[in-house]
Amino acid sequence: MTDVLIDVREARKEYDDGPPALDGLTLRVRTGEALAVLGPSGSGKSTLLNLIAGLDRPTSGTVTVDGRRIDELSESASARYRRERVGMVFQFFNLLDDLTVTDNVLLPAQLSGMGRAEAAARAAELLDYLGIARHARGYPGRLSGGERQRVAVARALMNRPPLLLADEPTGALDTASGVEVRELLRELNADGQTIVLVTHDLTLAESCATRTIELVDGRIARDVTAVAR
Amino acid sequence: MSALGRVVRAGVGRKRVQTAVMVLTTLLSVAASVLALGLLVASQAPFDRAFARQHGAHLTAEFKGATAAQAAATATADGVTDTAGPYPVTTLRLAPTDMAGPGFAPPPLTVAGRASVRGDVDRVELTSGRWAKGNGEIVLESGTPFADRGTGWSVKSDGTELKVVGIATSVGASAGAWVTPAQLAALDDTPSYQMLYRLDHASSRADLKAARAAVTAAAPQGTVGGTQSYLDVKQAAEEATGAFIPFVTAFALLGLALSVLVISIVVSGAVSAAKRRIGILKSLGFTPPQVCRAYVAQALIPSAVGAVLGVALANVLAVPVMAEVAQAYKTGVMLIPVWVNVVVPLGALALVALTALGPALRAARLRTASVLGVGRAAESARGRSVRRLLGSLPLPRPVTLGLAGPFARPVRSVTMAGAVAFGTLAVVFAVGLSTTLFAIQRDGEPDEGGGQALVRTVRMMTGPPPGASDGPPPEPQGPADPAKVAAAIDAAGGTESYYRRGETEVRVAGLKDPVPVVAYGGDVSGAKHTMTEGRWFEADGEAVAASRFLLSTGAEIGDTVTLSDRDRSVRLRIVGEVFDLSEDGMAVRTTEASLSALKPEYEMTEFTVGLTDGTDVGAYTKKLDKVLEPLGAEAAVSETGKSSVLAAMQALIAILTLMLVTVACLGVLNTVVLDTRDRVRDLGVFKALGMTPRQTVTQVLTQVGVIGVLAGAIGVPLGVALHHYVMPAMGDAAGTRIPPSHIDAYGAGQLTLLALAGVAIAVTGALLPAGWAARTDTGNALRAE
Repeated sequence: MTDVLIDVREARKEYDDGPPALDGLTLRVRTGEALAVLGPSGSGKSTLLNLIAGLDRPTSGTVTVDGRRIDELSESASARYRRERVGMVFQFFNLLDDLTVTDNVLLPAQLSGMGRAEAAARAAELLDYLGIARHARGYPGRLSGGERQRVAVARALMNRPPLLLADEPTGALDTASGVEVRELLRELNADGQTIVLVTHDLTLAESCATRTIELVDGRIARDVTAVAR
Repeated sequence: MSALGRVVRAGVGRKRVQTAVMVLTTLLSVAASVLALGLLVASQAPFDRAFARQHGAHLTAEFKGATAAQAAATATADGVTDTAGPYPVTTLRLAPTDMAGPGFAPPPLTVAGRASVRGDVDRVELTSGRWAKGNGEIVLESGTPFADRGTGWSVKSDGTELKVVGIATSVGASAGAWVTPAQLAALDDTPSYQMLYRLDHASSRADLKAARAAVTAAAPQGTVGGTQSYLDVKQAAEEATGAFIPFVTAFALLGLALSVLVISIVVSGAVSAAKRRIGILKSLGFTPPQVCRAYVAQALIPSAVGAVLGVALANVLAVPVMAEVAQAYKTGVMLIPVWVNVVVPLGALALVALTALGPALRAARLRTASVLGVGRAAESARGRSVRRLLGSLPLPRPVTLGLAGPFARPVRSVTMAGAVAFGTLAVVFAVGLSTTLFAIQRDGEPDEGGGQALVRTVRMMTGPPPGASDGPPPEPQGPADPAKVAAAIDAAGGTESYYRRGETEVRVAGLKDPVPVVAYGGDVSGAKHTMTEGRWFEADGEAVAASRFLLSTGAEIGDTVTLSDRDRSVRLRIVGEVFDLSEDGMAVRTTEASLSALKPEYEMTEFTVGLTDGTDVGAYTKKLDKVLEPLGAEAAVSETGKSSVLAAMQALIAILTLMLVTVACLGVLNTVVLDTRDRVRDLGVFKALGMTPRQTVTQVLTQVGVIGVLAGAIGVPLGVALHHYVMPAMGDAAGTRIPPSHIDAYGAGQLTLLALAGVAIAVTGALLPAGWAARTDTGNALRAE
């Protein structure tokens, strides 16, 4: 576990007015780590996640993921980067309500041109692994919050990305569903999946993160590596 | 400014795309409607006013071989309410006494003997001078040749000299000149008699036909030499603008329909996209009527701007067309009537308000709590099965997502398809009109464009040759000897065949104006022209005639007509209706030999030459021209004539079509913008999952492309049907029938291409918002829950 997967250097992000969302932040995340990013609202957590996902660019500084400078990619290249190297999980799931569970999960593979048989097999494998195979032909609107987030995780893992980004993955879930998702993320990390999760949920951070940083005003105020989970 | 005013101003200013769409769509429909109604009113008003003032004759009949008493007895025929006459009439060729020159033959005129301008029918109006009081005086109708000279000069006919003492107008075209009855008797001791009738029913051609039959039945058999209906006179007077009215009206109706559709799309879209805003307004205390007024006002303000601009545009576009009207009626500058400029935009705005009222009422009825809770349109389960089915197709995912798109919001898709279908309809209609007008321009003048080379026996006057500018201008030459010209053509290498042509004017009983007759000699098979009905003449004694001639005389194919010149006449059998817009559609065409009994005073002035294969027409005419120059003749490459009216029509069609297509594209653009807004989260998800900008654009364009294909399939047959309806109406308005081959303007390949117009309109309208969709801010989009 010594390879650096994410290397953010002196990243600064300014919007039209107000203080910078990120203020010269430097961060390295190694392969296999589960990093929890904590902090109050407006501390820069989502901005950091967007920079790592290639959804936004820093005003200054660099963002390198898996050896590639993300901050220099074109729109199309950054789309291909997300397709191949990143899986994303959101607080409100962001599933497409008019697609079935399987079709939602298949989307990343279809966009990247994976063969139909291979994609179908991978989707079935993931749905089975995440315990939602029985909902394969159903629609997300009929699932519980926990089940929807499992579908979102399955979709995020479809293309076997080295990096899983999760933005408040338990923020919209009840307690029982939150526990389900926590366990799931922990298992994934235990299997070697690198995870960066942004959360307000200290329990989530403590239970599944191998390292926790706390952002305040766009800077890292605290960086703690867990001794044992 | 009131709170409501601020809300409306913010709504209009913030939604720039919707505002622009409403301005343009109203501009188009108002411009086309003002133009159509303005032309209709302007083209009809002068004739109708003058006809009513003069108590014009609905029907004019000329009796040959009947006594004055027998002609007068027809006043009791069924349907006749008032009469004037009988007036003795004769035909004269009146030449100004001061005019002389080679080959000059004045046209024959109908001259009537009338004691005064008064009467129950046809109250002729003197525009200058006075009425004829005695022998040696004549009054000319203002439309006759030389009438623009005014009074005080003299004309001569067969040795009799007559002084022009007055100029008068007869809107019913009863005669070309008037003298006293005594003077007429001196000019012709066996005159025909003219009767002028007012009828109790005269609104249709059927009414006139019935009256004609009644008058004929009331007169001794075979004495009715000819009749003339006021409808034909009116049509001839209005033809310059009349032909514009059917297609401008079609565009106006299309524009209005498209306006209603697009404004409905825009306002409905504005309401559905602003539910949260409406909720906020209501939570702040806005009443439902205030919300309703706000949304109607948001549609009315840009539409009012469009209406004002539309009125301005219509008045600019009308200038060249109105100039034709002014010329036809010899009036000054004519403008679209003020009331049309006021009533049409007000009507259009009322229509906009009515269209906007539906969605505005929907906005007013929205429940505050639910819209504040949702904040955007609720997700729909529609189209899931279709999307699932399409997802299984072996196509790229962005394509299948796009294909399924229209089914997610069927109502919106249908309205978008409606806008695209209207645009396609307009394109198909315009292409058909242009194709037909092009064919009309090519074939409308039988005397032009035939063969490959044209030889004239009179050399056109040109400026002095270079270096000879100091000398006096060359004297005009008389026409070359046709026999010598023919010999030169025969001798020229490359000549395959040729026919010669000459023209004069003759009288046809019942018609005030002389009728042009064109005589053909030589290999006349090459002169064959496009026929509307029947066939080209093949033997002496046969003739073909243009539509208006047949309409004006009431003759039909198979009938015999009598052409006369002074005391000579010939009878020709009409064997076909030729497509001929030249000579006001009044020309008769026949063989040279058919007219020999008239002993016409004309010569064959034109030779149309067909060349053998491989002959260079340019070199041929250049060489022949050199040979003909000493004879006073000339040779040139045969060319098709160009009509300024047709060119004006084509320009107007292009402008109106471009405007309609632009509005259709804007309708698509507005709908895709709304759709993009509604689906911003989905687009964000796709982008987060790795959808590239190109894939996003592909998805959006596929979605509208499907709609474009369907709309094209609907728009094409509707466009063809509209063209097939409007084109004959344009022909009727212009006093001609259009050959079926010219109305069938579309080929199979062309229709297939035109069907793609729907796709082109849809894709063009969606390109910009597709680009915006591809550039959606993913981070914000994903937080749009």
